Amino acid sequence: MSDKIANWTASDDAMVENAIRRGASRRELLQMMFMGGVAATTGATILGRATAAVAAEPVKGGFIKAAGFSASTADTLDPAKASNATDYVRCSAFYNRLTFINGAGETTMELAESIESSDAKVWIVKLRKGVTFHDGKSLTSADVVFSLNRHLDPAVGSKVNALAKQIAQVKAVDDQTAEITLQAPNADLPTILALHHFMIVADGTTDFSKGNGTGPFVLKEFQPGVRSIAARNENYWKERKANLEGFEFFAIGDETARMNALLSGDIQLAANLNPRSLRVLENNPAANLFISKLGSYTNLNVRLDMAPGDKQGVAEGFKYLINRDVIKKSVLRGLAEIANDHPIPDWNKYHNAELKQREFDPERAKSLFAKAGILGQEIRITAAEAANSSLDYAVVVQQAASKIGLKVAINRVPSDGYWSNHWIKDAVHFGNINARPTPDILFSLLYKSDAAWNETGYKSEKFDSMLLEARGLLDEAKRKQIYGEMQAMISNGAGTVIPVFMSNVDAISPKLKGLTPNPLGGMMGYTFAEHAWLEA
Amino acid sequence: MNSLILRLAAKRLVIAFLTLLFVAFTIFFATEMLPGDVAEVLLGQAATPEAVAGLRTAMNLDQPAFLRFIYWLGELFTGDFGVSYVNKLPIADLIGGRLANSLKLAGVTAVISVPIALALGITAAIKRGTLYDRIVSIFTISVISVPEFMVATIAVIVFAVYLGWLPALSMANEVTSIGGLLKAFAMPVITLSFVVSAQMIRMSRAAVLETLNTPYVEMALLKGASRRRMVLRHALPNALGPIVNAVALSLSYLLGGVIIVETIFNYPGIAKLMLDAVSTRDLPLIQSCAMIFCLAYLLLITIADLVAIISNPRLQ
Repeated sequence: MSDKIANWTASDDAMVENAIRRGASRRELLQMMFMGGVAATTGATILGRATAAVAAEPVKGGFIKAAGFSASTADTLDPAKASNATDYVRCSAFYNRLTFINGAGETTMELAESIESSDAKVWIVKLRKGVTFHDGKSLTSADVVFSLNRHLDPAVGSKVNALAKQIAQVKAVDDQTAEITLQAPNADLPTILALHHFMIVADGTTDFSKGNGTGPFVLKEFQPGVRSIAARNENYWKERKANLEGFEFFAIGDETARMNALLSGDIQLAANLNPRSLRVLENNPAANLFISKLGSYTNLNVRLDMAPGDKQGVAEGFKYLINRDVIKKSVLRGLAEIANDHPIPDWNKYHNAELKQREFDPERAKSLFAKAGILGQEIRITAAEAANSSLDYAVVVQQAASKIGLKVAINRVPSDGYWSNHWIKDAVHFGNINARPTPDILFSLLYKSDAAWNETGYKSEKFDSMLLEARGLLDEAKRKQIYGEMQAMISNGAGTVIPVFMSNVDAISPKLKGLTPNPLGGMMGYTFAEHAWLEA
Repeated sequence: MNSLILRLAAKRLVIAFLTLLFVAFTIFFATEMLPGDVAEVLLGQAATPEAVAGLRTAMNLDQPAFLRFIYWLGELFTGDFGVSYVNKLPIADLIGGRLANSLKLAGVTAVISVPIALALGITAAIKRGTLYDRIVSIFTISVISVPEFMVATIAVIVFAVYLGWLPALSMANEVTSIGGLLKAFAMPVITLSFVVSAQMIRMSRAAVLETLNTPYVEMALLKGASRRRMVLRHALPNALGPIVNAVALSLSYLLGGVIIVETIFNYPGIAKLMLDAVSTRDLPLIQSCAMIFCLAYLLLITIADLVAIISNPRLQ
C-alpha cells in the first residue's frame, strides 16, 4: 500500500470489496467514500485496488497455518461433540452437512440435493450422487440415518441433543433417499441441519480420530490440544475443489501472541481478536482485518420478577438510558451494529424493519424511573469479564444514570462460575448470547415462558402460541409477519436490553484471499479453508 | 563414604515412594473438590441432567470415583498410565511426545543458564563491592522483578515482528536441522534463562560470600594462598551444597512451571497438558502429570543432596 490515506484502514478496504461483490455501482461507491471524507482522486485509487482484489482469480496451491483461540485435549473430530471454533474449523474441512447457510444467510443444499416436505413434519432428503468418503466409501442414506440418530444417544454426548430431540424417526427409503419424521412440524429443519454438529459421518464410525468425511480436505495428522494438518481432497465431489494444498490448524490462547505470530508471518490467519487489539493492526501492512457480522450480543438483563425490574417501566427505562452509539464507537471501536432490544439482526431475513429504532433518551428514561419511584435508589448491576465487554457497558450505563439522578453501583464478580451463579439469577445483570441461525431457536431458547435460559422471566402465553404456530408454517410471508410481531413483543415487553450486535474480527495475512463473511461464525462460518487461496 | 551414600539413596527412595503416594491421594481429593465432572464439562451448555447421566454411564464414570482412583493406582504399578477420560487416547501416548518436548526445552535451558548463572554468581562474590558486582546484582534484581510474560512478549515483538530474525512461535515438531533448532528454541530459552538464572545467581553469590567470611578461608588467605585458590579450593566446595540446591529448585520449575512460555510460544509441552487435564477434570491425566512433576522434583533434590555430601570435605 504505497498510497497512504489518512483514516482509511484495511477494514474499510474490505468494506468496499464487499460492496462491489454485492453489486454496488462505481458511482455509489465513490459517494460512499466521499461521505467518509475521501477525495475523488484517492477514492478512485481505492476503488481500483478493491476492484482488482475482487476480480483476482484464485491461485491453486500453497499451504497456510491458521490459529484459533482455544485448544485442549478435549479437541475432537466428532461433529456431534464439537464445542468451539477450533473443532468447527476442523470438522468443516473434513466433513459436509446436508445443507449450508451461505454468506447471505440463505439455506442452500450441500450433500442433499433437496429437502422437501408438504407438512413440515415428514421431510424427504434426496442425496447428491457420486459423493465419496475419504476412505472411498460412497455416501448413502444409511450414513444420514446413522449421523442423525447419534445425536439422540446419550452415550455420544452430543452438543445438540436438545435440538435433535424433535426428530422422532430417521429411516432410509432407498439408497439415496432418507425420510426424517419430526415430533411436531418445524419448517426450519433444513436450516437446523446446516449447524456444524449435524455434519454427516460414515455409517458405523466409532473412531473419529481419522476425520473420515466427504469434505474438501483429508486428515494427515491430528493431536488433540496440539495441532491438525490437512491436505486437499483431490476426489472432492464439488467441481471447485479447495485451492490450498493443505493447512495446519492450532490454537494460540494468548491474544497478543496470536497477533504477533500473524505480524511476524508465522501464521496467515489469527482468529477472534478483541476490538482493543485493533489499534495495532489497523494500518499495519502485515495484516488485514476480516470482519463478520454475526448477531451475537452482550445484553443487560432487568429481571421482571425482582426489584427493581418488577415495577412497570423500569426495564423500558434502561432501554432508553443505554447509549448505543457510545457502546458501538467507544467500547467496540465501531465493530458493531446497533440493535433494537430483540435478538434478530437486520441481515436475518425475518428481521422486522418496521419496528422503530429505540434511541438514547435520558429524559424519557428519567420520567419512567420517576414514575416507578426508583430515582434516588441505588441499583446494583452485576457484570463480569465472562460476558464480553460487560464491564465497559456497565460504565456507560452508570455515566448516563448519574446525569439523571439514578445511582448505579457496578457489582463486579469473577468470571469463574458467572454463568451458574449470577447469570439469570441476579436482578440486574449482563448476559452474552451467541448468534443462532433461526428466530425459532433464539425465541425457544431465550423467551418462551418456560425456557431454561429465559433471562428476565418474560412470560407471555400469546408469545408461546405464536412461536408454535410459526414453527410449523411453510408459508414464508406469514412466518415473517409472525416473527416480526414477536420481535416487537420482545423489544417492548421483555427485560432484555440488547444495545448492539458485536462483529467478529479475524486478522489475516494480506496474501490470504477469497474469504467472505458468513453469519454462522468468524473465519467464514469456520469454512475458510475450503475457499481461501494464497496470493503467489 | 560409599556405604553412606548407598544408605542415603535407599532412604531417599523409600521417602520418594511415600511422597508420590501422598501426592496422588492429595491430587485425587483436590480434583474431587473441583465443581463439575468430566461429563458436565464435555457437554458444556448442553449439560441437561439426562444427557449428563447418559454420558457418565457411557464413560463408565458411574462407579464411585475413589474406586476408579484405586484401580488406576493399581494399574500404575504395572506401568500402565491408563486412558484419558476425554479423548480415550492412552495417557502414555498423550504424555510421551509432550514430555520429550518439555525435557528438550528444560535441557537446553539448563545447559545454557546453569554455567552462566554460576559463573556470574561466583565471580560477583569474589569481586564483592566492585562495579562488576553491582552491575550483576542490579541485573539479577531487575530480571527477577520482570514477569516472564513481559520478557517473552517483548522478545517476540522485537525479534519476530520488527526484526524478523526469529519465528514468533516455537514449532518443536518441525525442527529438522541444528539451525532450525536454534531458531525455534532461541526465544523460549532466553525467556526461561532469565527467570531461572536470577535465582541461581543470587543464591550462589550469597553462599560463596558466606564461606568467604569463615575463619578457614581467612586462614588460607593468611597462609598466602592466591585469591583464586582461596575461592576455588577452600570456599567453593563448602558453598556447593546450597548452590546445588538452588540449581535443583530452579530446574524443577522448568518442567512443570513453564505454562506461560508454552502458551506464548505455542510450545507443546507438558505444563499445558496438565492445565487442559484440570480444566476438563480428566483425573487419570491430571494424576499422571502430577506424578511426573513430583518424580522429577524428587530426583533433582536427591541429586542435589548427594552432590552436596560428596563435595563436602568434612563428610568425605
